[in-house]
Amino acid sequence: MNRKLTSTSRRAFLRGSAAMAAGGLAGAAGANGADPLITETQDWAIYTGAGVDETPYGLPIRFEEDVVRRNVEWLTASPISSINFTPIHALDGTITPQGCAFERHHSGAIELRKEDYRLMINGLVATPLVFDYTDIERFPRENHVYFCECAANTGMEWAGAQLNGVQFTHGMIHNMEYTGVPLRTLLNEAGLGAAGDLADKWVYVEGADASSNGRSIPMEKALDDVLVAFKANGEALRMEHGYPVRLVVPGWEGNMWVKWLRRIEVTDMAVGSREETSKYTDVYEDGTARKWTWVMDAKSVITSPSPQSPVRHGHGPMVISGLAWSGHGQITRVDVSRDGGMSWETARLGKQGDSKALTRFYLDTTWSGEEMLLQSRAMDETGYVQPTKTQLREQRGENSVYHNNCIQTWYVNAEGVAENVEVS
Amino acid sequence: APQPGDGYGLGRSALAEEIAAWDVDVLPDGRGLPEGRGDVFTGEEKFAEACASCHGDFAEGVGNWPVLAGGFDTLARKDPVKTVGSYWPYLSTVWDYVHRSMPFGQAQTLSDDDVYAIVAYILYSNDLVDEDFELSHENFADVEMYNADGFVVDDRPEREYTGWRVDPCMENCKETVSITMRSTFLDVTPEDGGESVM
Repeated sequence: MNRKLTSTSRRAFLRGSAAMAAGGLAGAAGANGADPLITETQDWAIYTGAGVDETPYGLPIRFEEDVVRRNVEWLTASPISSINFTPIHALDGTITPQGCAFERHHSGAIELRKEDYRLMINGLVATPLVFDYTDIERFPRENHVYFCECAANTGMEWAGAQLNGVQFTHGMIHNMEYTGVPLRTLLNEAGLGAAGDLADKWVYVEGADASSNGRSIPMEKALDDVLVAFKANGEALRMEHGYPVRLVVPGWEGNMWVKWLRRIEVTDMAVGSREETSKYTDVYEDGTARKWTWVMDAKSVITSPSPQSPVRHGHGPMVISGLAWSGHGQITRVDVSRDGGMSWETARLGKQGDSKALTRFYLDTTWSGEEMLLQSRAMDETGYVQPTKTQLREQRGENSVYHNNCIQTWYVNAEGVAENVEVS
Repeated sequence: APQPGDGYGLGRSALAEEIAAWDVDVLPDGRGLPEGRGDVFTGEEKFAEACASCHGDFAEGVGNWPVLAGGFDTLARKDPVKTVGSYWPYLSTVWDYVHRSMPFGQAQTLSDDDVYAIVAYILYSNDLVDEDFELSHENFADVEMYNADGFVVDDRPEREYTGWRVDPCMENCKETVSITMRSTFLDVTPEDGGESVM
C-alpha cells in the first residue's frame, strides 16, 4: 500500500496535527517515526470532559463549523425574500439535519406559537372548519421520508457553470422524516360532497406569513399523498421550516410545500396566484412558458469529491459519493462517469431509497492522480434517465430558471482539487 | 373507533366573518373581488407613497427590486424582462398579490380602493390603459392582459419523458470530451465557500 505523502499532505504535515486531522492523515505519520498522538498521553485521556448537565440541546462540535447554511448575497434583492443552501458537500446518508437544512422565505421566517395557530378549511366543502393545533395531533398520523427541492435548485447553472460548490449548485434541498396527517383526512372531515365531481377540482393552500405563498394543487394529488405535517426528523418543525404546521407535497417543487399553513380552500379552478404565474412558470426559448410544472424530475449529483470537498487523501482507495432523487418515485440506479460521460460504471446504493426521497450512492474506486471529469446519472422507477444540460437546453433553451435536473460535471485535477465545469 | 371517512368530530365550524377575513383570494374570472374602484391618478399618488421606493416612480424597478412595467416582447430574448405587462397572464393575480402581500414589510395595510387605484396605475405604467382609466370590480374582467395566452400546461410527459426513458449508454458514449465552460472564470462564488448565515 502506498503511504508516500503527496505534496499537499506534506504541507499539511508541516502545519501540524490540526491540519493533519482535518486532512485525515493520521496514518501517514508512521513514515516519520512514532505518532505522538499515540505515544504521548493526551489531555482528553487525563482530564474530564463535559457533564451531562451542560448541554440540554446540543449543536455540532466546533470542528464542524463548515457544515452550515450559506447564502449568496447577489442572488436576491433582500435576505427576507431569499434562499440559503444546505451544506450537502459535507453530509452523508440521506437525512438532512434540520439545523442546516436550507431555507426559502418570501417574507421571512415567522414566529407562530401553537396556541396562536389556526387552520381553516373552506370553499366547496360541506362544513367549513377551523382547527387549532391540538386538533391536528388528534387525527391518525403517518410517517414518511421525502425530499423537498426548491424549483430553482441548480437554476443559476442554466446559462453555464457559475457557482463553484455543490452546496450552491444543488443545496436548495433537504430530506426529512415527517409525521403528519394526510390532507385527505382533513378534507374528509370538512366533507367533499359539496365539491361534486372531484376530477376538475383544486385545493388552494396558503401560509400565515405576509407573503402567503398561495398555490393551487389538483384534487387528485391532494387526495393522494399530501401531508399536513407537524414533526420532522422526530421533533417539531423548526421555525424556519414552518413551525408548527407545514404542507408536505411529495415529489413536487418545494414552493408548494406551504409553511405556517393556515388555510385550505376547495375551488373549482386554479387560483392563478403570483407563485404559479409570475413565478414557478418556465420560459421556453420561443417566449412561451410552461405552467404547473409540479413534479421534480430524476436528478443526482456527486457531493464528494466536489469543489468544497477536494480529494485530500492522496492516491489509492477513494469513495465517490453522492445523492440521487426523483419526484416520480424510487431511484433504481445511479451511474458514475470519471471521463465526462464517455464511459459509465453503475454505483452502489447505500440502501434502497424511499419513494420521492433522497437516495445515497457510492462508487468505491481507486485514484492514481489522473484528471477526472466526474458525473452522475440517475434512473428512476419509470425508466427515466437524468438528462445532460445539452438535452435540457435543446428542449427548453436557457431561460427556464426552474427545473434544472441536468447531469453535473466536476473537473478534478491532479492535486485533487475539483471545479464546476461544463463539457462538450 | 371512528373510521376514516366518517369524520372524527374534530375542529369547529368556521364563522362567516372568519372566512371573510382569511379567504381573500381572487380567481382569474374575478370571483372574490370586493366592491371598489380607483383611478390612475389616485394610483400614481398611492404608488409614490407606498411602492416607488422599491419599484420606481414608473414601476420600472429600483436596484434589484422587481420591475413591474415594460419588457414587452423580450420573452424570447437572451435576458427576458418578465413584468406584469410583458408576462403576467391574469389581472386578478395583480390585485390579489398587492392586496395580500404588498407593500413588502407592511402587507395587508392597503384599502380595497387603494389596491384598485394602484393596480390601475400599474396597468397605465404598462401602457395597457389610458391616463383617465378607472379600475373597478365592474370593469375588471374587461381588461385584457398582454401575455394571457403565453402559457402551456406542463408538457414534459410528451416532450421529454417519452424520449428520455431509454436504456442509457455505458461504453464508448462519446469520441472525445473537452471542457467548454469553467465556473472559476466567473468568480461569483462567495469567498471562503460562501457567507455563513450563522
